[in-house]
This record gives sequence, C-alpha cells and structure tokens, in this order.
Amino acid sequence: MIAVLAFYLFATLTIASAVAVIFARNPVHSVLWLIMAFFNAAGLMLLLGAEFIAMLLVIVYVGAVAVLFLFIVMMLNIDFAALRSGFSKNLPFGLIIALVLLAEMVVAVSAWKAGPVTGGVQPAATTQPNIEALGELLYSRFLFPFEIAGLILLVAMIGAIVLTHRSRGDARGQKVWRQVDRRPDEAIKLEQPKVGEGVKL
Amino acid sequence: MIGLMHYLAVAAILFTLGVLGIFLNRRNIILMLMAIELILLAVNINLVAFSAYLGDLTGQVFAMFVLTVAAAEAAIGLAILVIFFRRRGSIAVDDVNRMRG
Repeated sequence: MIAVLAFYLFATLTIASAVAVIFARNPVHSVLWLIMAFFNAAGLMLLLGAEFIAMLLVIVYVGAVAVLFLFIVMMLNIDFAALRSGFSKNLPFGLIIALVLLAEMVVAVSAWKAGPVTGGVQPAATTQPNIEALGELLYSRFLFPFEIAGLILLVAMIGAIVLTHRSRGDARGQKVWRQVDRRPDEAIKLEQPKVGEGVKL
Repeated sequence: MIGLMHYLAVAAILFTLGVLGIFLNRRNIILMLMAIELILLAVNINLVAFSAYLGDLTGQVFAMFVLTVAAAEAAIGLAILVIFFRRRGSIAVDDVNRMRG
C-alpha cells in the first residue's frame, strides 16, 4: 500500500515538475524544477530496487548537471523575454507532434502486451545487494564499455576546458625562465656605506 | 499493484513532455538542453523498469552509460553555448545559421 502511494506521489511530482520545466517563464525556475524532477525520478528508481542508479541520479544530475545549468543561466546575461517570442506560435505544432508521439507509444505498448511476453519469468530474488551485483557485472562483462564511458567523460572534460579557455592579453603571469636566468651581478646589492666614503659603482 | 505498465506510462509521458519542450522553446537553447535531459531521464526510467521486471541487471548498466553520455553532452553543450554567447551576445538558435564556414 505504501509502495503504491509512493509510486503515485513520485510519478505525479515527476510529471508535474517536467511540465513546469517546459512552461516556466524564468529559466532559473526551470532549472530548479528540473532538479525536482530528478529527485522524484530517483525516488521512482528506489521503488524499483535500483538503489545505485537512484543515488547516481541524485549525485550526477542534481549535483553536477543541474548546477552546471544553473551556473550558465545565471552567468550569461541573456534577454529571456525575447527568446520566448515564438512560444505561442510553436504551441499547436508542438502539441500535435507530442500527441502523435504519445499515441505511437501507446500503440507500441499495447502491441507489446498482445504479443508473447518474453522473459516474463521473475527470477528468484537474490540476497546480494544491488550495488554489489551491479559492480560484479560492470567489472567483468561490461568492462570494455565501462572504460569507454570513462574515456567519453575525459574527452568531454578536455573538450569543455579547451572550448571555453581563453588567454587574456593583459594577464601578467610568472616568467620562470627570467627567474632561472638571474645572476648575482645583475641583482640589486644592499650596501651600507660609511659617511664620507661614498659608494663604488 | 504497481506493474511495469505504470512505469512505462510515466516514462512515455516524460519523453513526450521533453519533445514538446524542444518544440515549444525553439529559440532558447538552454531550455532545449534541459528538455533533452528530460528525454534521457525517461529513457533511464524505461531501462531501469525493464531491468527490474525482467530480473536482468544489464538494463541498469545501460542506464549508467546513458547517464554518462548525458553528463558529457550537457558539459559540451553548455561549453559551446558559452563561447557562442561570448562571440554573439545572444543564444537565439536562429542566429546560429550565420556561422557558415
């Protein structure tokens, strides 16, 4: 009973937040609604028994991606009112596309239901925790895709840095070679001449 | 009782909302990226739901890979957005077609 209630709560909130993401006037509100949607989707995945994916969703999406969006939205000085000008013009067409898509998915699901159910047998529940099972699978059978995923993240990181990095012309950095080249005879010498003798140059 | 169909319905609605978001916010590329994130979230819910109901963990592994690609895509997309804004002072999608050659 509690699981049913939790499912409907999470599902309703996820969909309501997704609607708010699209229709919010302020993009900052959009990002905050996106965070809300991710939290509730994580709740849905917890109900399914996928604890690791749920936590990953919270950490990666809420902790990294949504905050990145928030930074960009706040950092760039964008006139968002002008960007919304085509909103009502695109509304009918977008609604038609969305409805056609939803109808297609309904048809697909009902066709899948009518056909033979493949793999409908529930295997016996194991006592192994979700994270352990996932880790064993990830480091044995899916080792190569796992490494590729790491490579993708590396490329994305380097790409983002290279794209946004700019060398400013007026920056005054440290010049290491001048410090290494320095000789004692070119340096400033501190002397304390006696009165009346002067300094030898 | 909550079955696979319920999760599939949630994911289908979420996916449709994402596509709707892309079509509605045709000029605002930040909102388009957010709609793409919603679509990928719907895909993830589908993968995890099937993985749970078929008793096969492969779906969850693939959900992780989808998550990885989504994070990389968001980082690169926002980096491109930042340099585009620096150069043009706007992020309207209509302006992008001036970047020929």
